[in-house]
Amino acid sequence: MNSQTSREGLTRRQLLSRSAAVGASFVVGAGFVAGADAAWALETQALSPESMAALIQLARDIYPHDRIPDENYVIAVKVYDTADAAPAIEAGIAALDAVAQGRGYPSYLGTPWERDRVAILREMELSPFFQSIRGGLVTGLYNQKAVWPLFGYEGESYSEGGYLHRGFDDINWL
Amino acid sequence: MTAPFDLSDDSVVVIVGTGAGGGVLANELAQKGVSVVALEAGGRYLPEDYINDEWESFGQLAWVEPRTTSGDWRVARDFPNLPAWIVKAVGGTSIHWAGASLRIQDHEFRARTEYGNVSGANLLDWPLTRAELDPWYDKAEKKLGVTRTNDLPGLPGNNNFKVFEAGAKAIGYTQVNTGHMAINSVEYDGRMACQQTGFCFQGCKWGAKWSSAYTDIPRGEATGNLEVRANCHVLRIEHNEQGLVNAVVYSDADGNEQRQSARMVCVAGNSIESPRLLLNSASSMFPDGLANSSGQVGRNYMRHTTGSVYGVFDKPVRMWRGTVMAGIIQDEAHNDPSRGFVGGYEMETLSLGLPFMAAFLDPGGWGREFTSALDSYENMAGLWIVGEDMPQETNRVTLNTEVTDAFGMPVANVNFDDHPNDIAMRNYAYMKGMEMYDAVGATRTFPTPPYPSTHNLGTNRMSENPRDGVVNKFGQSHDIPNLYVSDGSQFTTGAAENPTLTIVALAIRQADHIAGELSKGNL
Repeated sequence: MNSQTSREGLTRRQLLSRSAAVGASFVVGAGFVAGADAAWALETQALSPESMAALIQLARDIYPHDRIPDENYVIAVKVYDTADAAPAIEAGIAALDAVAQGRGYPSYLGTPWERDRVAILREMELSPFFQSIRGGLVTGLYNQKAVWPLFGYEGESYSEGGYLHRGFDDINWL
Repeated sequence: MTAPFDLSDDSVVVIVGTGAGGGVLANELAQKGVSVVALEAGGRYLPEDYINDEWESFGQLAWVEPRTTSGDWRVARDFPNLPAWIVKAVGGTSIHWAGASLRIQDHEFRARTEYGNVSGANLLDWPLTRAELDPWYDKAEKKLGVTRTNDLPGLPGNNNFKVFEAGAKAIGYTQVNTGHMAINSVEYDGRMACQQTGFCFQGCKWGAKWSSAYTDIPRGEATGNLEVRANCHVLRIEHNEQGLVNAVVYSDADGNEQRQSARMVCVAGNSIESPRLLLNSASSMFPDGLANSSGQVGRNYMRHTTGSVYGVFDKPVRMWRGTVMAGIIQDEAHNDPSRGFVGGYEMETLSLGLPFMAAFLDPGGWGREFTSALDSYENMAGLWIVGEDMPQETNRVTLNTEVTDAFGMPVANVNFDDHPNDIAMRNYAYMKGMEMYDAVGATRTFPTPPYPSTHNLGTNRMSENPRDGVVNKFGQSHDIPNLYVSDGSQFTTGAAENPTLTIVALAIRQADHIAGELSKGNL
């Protein structure tokens, strides 16, 4: 994501000046979505920037980890930004928005409280769209080696000779 | 020196599968001078090839060809096309197993007599006693280098074990130790000692854990009497007009169909593929499949009453460090119906890496209830429940003619409903596991549902009477004298113990029996 942080060499101020807020966490402009603080930006190909923003929010609402930055959720869902995948995603986001509107909100992204967005998702959790996004995130999010340290997980140890001399039995609080 | 045998050579014993059953049988026969062709559906991977990354390793080793599921077990909902987590490779699931090596208890061989008539269960006594099998358990323990046998020391306990042991003692358990493990605590049989690396399920890169992949199989090949053909997927077994099996038809590594003549055939493809092969080999003489006059082929599928308990603490545990399953509590392994169920269960340490924990902690779960659990991953301790489940005739492997594999053969459907005894045992064990962790300060505990089955048993079971099962006490089919079953599908009942040591003991015993029959001219 770092390579895309500064879109076409735009400064943070320029990027924000060319975009509009969607929901509380994102801004969108022509062909891109970015964090509201402009810490990252993603150019979209097949999906509308608004749908990509909703998809990122959806990923965070399904598996909310406050210590995981948006970038890792973006990596997990940007696989859907293809000509083949986009129509089903756009339809799924439209269905999410329809449920949100039925509850008096302008859209899913325009539902400010996580609690209320989760209630919308509970209503949709058996839908193939929700299940497919959730299922994809299980590997798309948690199999990113970059998030492992945020959980304390150390991954493979063979290259360092295992833990025999590196703390396999170092628990000291029992 | 690898033996090359001709396809038309009808003097060879053909073994289907090279795991703990087939791989050991192949070597034991080869050592006795018997000519063996072992057909293996998977490829050959050795310690240097194993990958210490859960999903990548799964892609390398797991059997992922389509299977289907039905029944009320949660696996059918959460993993509808993955009823079992077993390996497709030379060495089979002995690459993936955790190494826990326990003898089935004396009373468990007499399950029908000991437990009585349990409604809905198709219980049967084994046609074999513990005393009868003990000499081969001795040989199996020596072969595998099982810790706490033959003066081999136990493994050291890792962090996960220390929490487990403290919890066990806090609630009054006394039979707790680092297990009987086929993982070297000291150098043994030319293999080095465990380096506490974790990733036991992904294949041991040190070779410290026993697997037929790098022990029995190369030793059998070195005799010149064993040819292992990798990437050869068996399609069906053929027979002659006398009803004796005489050939095995398979698809070779290049996708060409081949026919290997055989003097006899031993099926060791695991409890899902073995009955599937017998059923897919139906003929006009055997319209219900081979060795199936009893109608029991594929029935009585057992998978152990399993489940896991994870405890979260206020300080780090780092359960993933070290040997995954070197920890056992045996206080609940006996039969005591006053607990509300017959049979018993073992409790064993278990850990998963973060990627698999996300997939298996609560399949389908989402939201903060789920993610707050994973947020505590570093502070988790975990254990696995392994208990005896009831054989039921309707828990069975059948052919799903609506779904075919890459070779056009019907795939296996695995139907499983929990028996009320299974549910009572699991719930009791969950409570005990949570009690243990609570007793040493857990702030939250999670009973976790069973994973796709790693212990697949019973679908070609042994019986005294041919009416009740598929094979006799040597694994020889009741119907076809030169057709044997050599894997965990022979198990009459599941018992509470991890099955590999028994599979190995039965394979060594079967090799002795087959060699004797061959020398007597009976086969």
